[in-house]
Amino acid sequence: MAMDEIVDGMSEVSCDVLVIGGGTAGPMAALKAKLRNPKANVVLLEKANVKRSGAISMGMDGLNNAVIPGYATPEQYTKEITIANDGIVDQKAVYKYAQNCYGIIEELDSFGIRFLKNENGDYAVKKVHHIGTYVLPMPNGDTVKKALYRQLRRARILISNRYMATRLLTGSDGRVAGAISVNTRTAELLVIKAKAVILCMGAAGRLGLPTSGYMFGTYENAANSGDGYAMAYHAGAALANLECFQINPLIKDYNGPACAYVAGPFGAYTANNEGSRFIECDYWSGQMMLEFYNELLSGKGPVFLQLKHLHEKTIEEIESTLHKVERPTRGLFQKGRGNDYRTESIEMHISEIGFCSGHSASGVFVDDFARTTVPGLYAAGDMASVPHNYMLGAFTNGAVAGTDAMEFADNHDFADFDAADVAKERDRVMAPTRRDDGIPPNQIEYKARRLVNDYLQPPKVTRKFELGQRRLAEVREDMEQRMIARNSHELLRALETQSILDCADMAAHSSLYREESRWGLYHLRTDFPEKDNENWFCHTLLSKKDGRMTSEKRDVQPYVVPIADDEKDLYDKQRIRATA
Amino acid sequence: MPLATYQTSVPVVVDDAKCIADKGCTVCVDVCPLDVLRISDMTGKAYMAYDECWYCMPCEADCPTGAVTVNIPYLLR
Ligand SMILES: Cc1cc2nc3c(=O)[nH]c(=O)nc-3n(C[C@H](O)[C@H](O)[C@H](O)COP(=O)(O)OP(=O)(O)OC[C@H]3O[C@@H](n4cnc5c(N)ncnc54)[C@H](O)[C@@H]3O)c2cc1C
Ligand code: SF4
Ligand code: SF4
Repeated sequence: MAMDEIVDGMSEVSCDVLVIGGGTAGPMAALKAKLRNPKANVVLLEKANVKRSGAISMGMDGLNNAVIPGYATPEQYTKEITIANDGIVDQKAVYKYAQNCYGIIEELDSFGIRFLKNENGDYAVKKVHHIGTYVLPMPNGDTVKKALYRQLRRARILISNRYMATRLLTGSDGRVAGAISVNTRTAELLVIKAKAVILCMGAAGRLGLPTSGYMFGTYENAANSGDGYAMAYHAGAALANLECFQINPLIKDYNGPACAYVAGPFGAYTANNEGSRFIECDYWSGQMMLEFYNELLSGKGPVFLQLKHLHEKTIEEIESTLHKVERPTRGLFQKGRGNDYRTESIEMHISEIGFCSGHSASGVFVDDFARTTVPGLYAAGDMASVPHNYMLGAFTNGAVAGTDAMEFADNHDFADFDAADVAKERDRVMAPTRRDDGIPPNQIEYKARRLVNDYLQPPKVTRKFELGQRRLAEVREDMEQRMIARNSHELLRALETQSILDCADMAAHSSLYREESRWGLYHLRTDFPEKDNENWFCHTLLSKKDGRMTSEKRDVQPYVVPIADDEKDLYDKQRIRATA
Repeated sequence: MPLATYQTSVPVVVDDAKCIADKGCTVCVDVCPLDVLRISDMTGKAYMAYDECWYCMPCEADCPTGAVTVNIPYLLR
């Protein structure tokens, strides 16, 4: 058979709980579901290979948000995240995370993943945030994936690699009924019936185009093309605060973290071209990104991560993390440029835009049990709406989702779905393979993402957004009528392009709906430059109603941890007043 | 409309002398998150078939013979 040749086939399987996405949250969700009912069938479906998939494919520098007794309290963490996210937080889920995450750290430790300890054997937690201390380095962070994989094998989770999920199936009662997926090497369809489904498909990382112009040079693992967001939308689930974009400060061109969380605790800091600090705190918030953006545009840019004042031993220690774990090609990149942290600062820039709750707050709406608004459908990790939850949040909320989803599956039978839905999806999926002539997906994707940069990147201008929507609609028409896929690999990219366009449409729609500015750079609207608590101190929920994209307001749930008036704007005061 | 092939210099290079794909190894092809590596029908060795790389390294780290080298893609080097 020729490489990636298209096989037109379809089969069907069923399971109790289906977990889609085997990166970080997914493996934990699958493990906990199986633990809850060892007799049940749990399938873990992954577009890539669970051994090396997701944001943590090469491990992680450390935990960005560990709430460890003696260093921080759940109350303090909940307060910090509420303030960092401009108050728009349903605290119950954040508080629950903060209470549960220490147990998950101990569990990860029992899997063989080590965390930094001091001479007394206590966790050596570092301070990066404005108020509390939550950053915990992982000296053998490169082993995370191997350790998780061992657990999955031991628990006999059924792993299906190289299947890309494309749509969810729902029953006549609105309950989730399963999912449809496509083999990325053969283009064969696999229908999976399930009593409960957990979405763990990561951020929408291929929305904007990196400034390098290389489509796969994104901050996020480039396999995370926003399929989960698109699937949730088409299944009728609500998505929260999508206008709260993800934008990160990264090594220019390389587009990976430098990283303030690794080097910061050792004394490194963000500085302008004059060598002066201009932000109080390196924790990634929209308010911090706004100061970063302003500095880049002012005559005082470029912006650098400053390390050269540090001791040789310290720099070696920082290098041993940055060049070995998470994004190990950072060392290769610096070497290629002739950069040495001892003599030169690292030039920083801002990333393309994306959706992500792991870093900001744009995700499929979930409650404190990881339940979406569709019964039986769960979401966890970067694509679920618990704000700023990072890697430990993916693990912890993945665990919550796994347990609750299995409980749901134990109490429900399979929902009936309409066979016509499967036939329709098969036609949609295969359409690009049935055309002899047309436009390849890489050109359509490039154009869509270039338009995202031109029109949807903050600062957000209403007129630009309206133009952007028109241009994107033209690209959508090309995609739906003329896109071709000549082999199954190209079909994978063609299907990803459809998710990317859905996400672009959602980004535009949600941004236009919220008529104020909030979250610093993430939602900076030039036509509505002020924060408007009177009208917009609320979530926005986007969903598909009667086939149309709609947005509505949703109240912020009463706080569990009260925030004093003089604390509310702590993250607004990011700029150092008198830079010497 | 006719299609043209767009030339790129790919970031990932395999040393044919070290690659044991002809003995059945497919490790790098299996682990790549972007699914861009393949075994060549002509040479029986692994190679980068699609220039869609996250320069993440699993291919290099997991290759049993050290045959894979990941370079930074030219556009961002
Ligand atoms: C470069 C980088 C550095 C980071 N550094 C840190 C750090 O130091 N500390 C920290 O705490 N956090 C860090 N984070 C954040 C943290 O890694 C993420 O929040 C967390 O790993 C997200 O987990 P997830 O399960 O949601 O997504 P992922 O781990 O990305 O998993 C998503 C999975 O879904 C799969 N998938 C996608 N689409 C489909 C589909 N259609 N069908 C089937 N499968 C699909 C993907 O292949 C992938 O395996 C970093 C993130 C990045 C990108
Ligand atoms: S992992 Fe190494 S030896 Fe195996 S196929 Fe790839 S390049 Fe060849
Ligand atoms: S560096 Fe990563 S994306 Fe590139 S070929 Fe290797 S495994 Fe695949």
